[in-house]
Amino acid sequence: MPVLQYREAIRQALAEELTRDPNVVVLGEEVGQFHGAYKVTEGLLAKFGPKRIVDTPISEAGFIGMGIGASMLGVRPVIELMFWSFYSVAFDQILNNAANVRYMSGGQINCPIVIRGPANGGTNVGATHSHTPENVLANHPGIKVVVPATPYDAKGLLKSAIRDNDPVMFLENTMLYGDKGEVPEDDYLVPLGKAEVKREGTELTIVSYGRAMILSLAVANTLQQEHNRSVEVVDLRSIRPLDMDTVLASVRKTHRVLIVEEQKPFCGVGAQLAYMIQSEAFDELDAPIARLSTIDSPSIYSPPVEVAQLPNTERILKAALEALA
Amino acid sequence: MSKKSSAIADDRNASVAPKTGYAAAPVNASLSIDQKIELYRLMVRIRRFEERSLRAYQAKKIGGFLHLYIGQEAVAVGCCSLMGKNDHVITAYRDHGHAIAVGMELNPLMAELYGKVTGCSKGKGGSMHFFDPARNYWGGHGIVGGQVPLGAGLAYGLKFKGLKGACMTFMGDGAVNQGAVHESYNLAALWDLPVIFVIENNGYSMGTSQARSSAGDLARRAEAYGMSWGVCEGHDLYEVRAFMAKHLEEARNNCKPSVVEIRTYRYRGHSVADPDNTYRAKSEIEEYRRTKDPIQVFQAKLLEEKVLDLALVEKIDVEARAESDLSADFAEASPFPTADDLQKDVYWEADNPSERKSGGRLFFN
Repeated sequence: MPVLQYREAIRQALAEELTRDPNVVVLGEEVGQFHGAYKVTEGLLAKFGPKRIVDTPISEAGFIGMGIGASMLGVRPVIELMFWSFYSVAFDQILNNAANVRYMSGGQINCPIVIRGPANGGTNVGATHSHTPENVLANHPGIKVVVPATPYDAKGLLKSAIRDNDPVMFLENTMLYGDKGEVPEDDYLVPLGKAEVKREGTELTIVSYGRAMILSLAVANTLQQEHNRSVEVVDLRSIRPLDMDTVLASVRKTHRVLIVEEQKPFCGVGAQLAYMIQSEAFDELDAPIARLSTIDSPSIYSPPVEVAQLPNTERILKAALEALA
Repeated sequence: MSKKSSAIADDRNASVAPKTGYAAAPVNASLSIDQKIELYRLMVRIRRFEERSLRAYQAKKIGGFLHLYIGQEAVAVGCCSLMGKNDHVITAYRDHGHAIAVGMELNPLMAELYGKVTGCSKGKGGSMHFFDPARNYWGGHGIVGGQVPLGAGLAYGLKFKGLKGACMTFMGDGAVNQGAVHESYNLAALWDLPVIFVIENNGYSMGTSQARSSAGDLARRAEAYGMSWGVCEGHDLYEVRAFMAKHLEEARNNCKPSVVEIRTYRYRGHSVADPDNTYRAKSEIEEYRRTKDPIQVFQAKLLEEKVLDLALVEKIDVEARAESDLSADFAEASPFPTADDLQKDVYWEADNPSERKSGGRLFFN
């Protein structure tokens, strides 16, 4: 099976969907001539031409709103945000217009857009460029939120997102763009709202997503090899819709839970998860639900301290050992 | 039957000087007698509908906001009467006039105001959120200026699909200072989108006059983007049509966007919650009503043209009142949505379970 980088897997998904559906159009800053700020869209302009691969000015509210309007007529825009952090200048377009237009029209209008781009810390770009808004986005009914961690999932989930008739927010991670993994060349889909057990285990369930899940997997391996502890890792893959069945099945198996998220803790995804787990599987729990988040301050620039702020392997290992104690 | 009209019946002898210049414009000269009557009837129906809705609001049948269009009728009717098959309309929250002008029936509109399930948005949108995509009417948007990028997007969609049409993107004079509006101007000009940004300038952004809110001429800002622009008077339906026809042709035929300012006036407050006594004089309203009321102006022209006679004027008015009353009866008799309807029309997938591809929970209760 071909081995692709995460960015290449996303590019392959875009290329396949651009080929499959003439209504798909890729829009964003530097997606064409520049080949993408993170080279995700490299080569697409040459292959599909400027009608399908559209370089936009730095004007997020303008081109996201425009994409929403075009989607109401049946165009299927896939809009790149150079950083998800820039969503704040288009907040009204995304979370008033895209989220609500179907509802407020009594179901008469669909908004089949995808907004994709990286949402992560860890690259020393400071607080304004390091937002992780999956909790904010998922707080809006009408919106779907996807957080792929692996190249395989990134391709399969993006293809599903592009075919989805609801607005899908697709949150990538710049620190994963170079990660490699097996990616089939065929036209497979990973459905939204299906979590996956990325590693089987018996003593503790780590529930995570995105890069925090990749780090959690590494920690689970360390725990097996160096501590002889068996940890299961559940990758949510989607935040909304949310696959609680897979989470709860794992909790019933291990009876201990650690949630690991690259989110500030207050009102984060982990808070919702912890509530639902205790609400629906209280009797299965042998210990309080543990949670590891990004340390609660604006994202710091200072490179070594930013590593410490995020859920790194050291912090995850410590939290896992505490949860297992 | 409701009480006698003020603007139509009582002001019938108001000194309105008919202008004939715009009547001779090709887009107006080609109108049949019946078409002219129907344009007049549309304006009367909008006004009677809104007057009836105001009474319903005062009777506490309607919640939230109610932004009335009374005084501005010739703008929506003039513009929307020019729509062809591939022409589209989007507007802000003062949206009743446009909805009726594109052909929506009064019953689902009044029912929407009443929050009833028979409303055009099933009671989920309210006054500010009327929609009828089947009539190319895309709302009805509550955030000032927020709909303007969507209008650019509708134009983008038309061009992308190779359709020869235009999107009239309405906004109030209060919207012109919003960033999203300027971003839309830039994109439209940059990409030659078939969109006409229509500033309905009623003089006040809520309680702040144009002089206190906006620097320079509103539509002239188009020059900075290399777009054409223009200004017209919005009380004269013939003028609105003659003016907009040119801009529509440029958009449809040459994909040339433009910014137009149509000067108009609202008789009521910003919304009915606005006591309307802090920022303008009553005499200003009365002066406009006396000299520029759009229904009176057009009525005078059609009387002079012998298209209308007083009996027909009265008949149209009586019918519009009756229709508005019936819409209120319909709304009153209709059921409210239920709590079970709350989570319908949120996700396409949730409403089409047999075609759902995703797993997991979409709602969290």
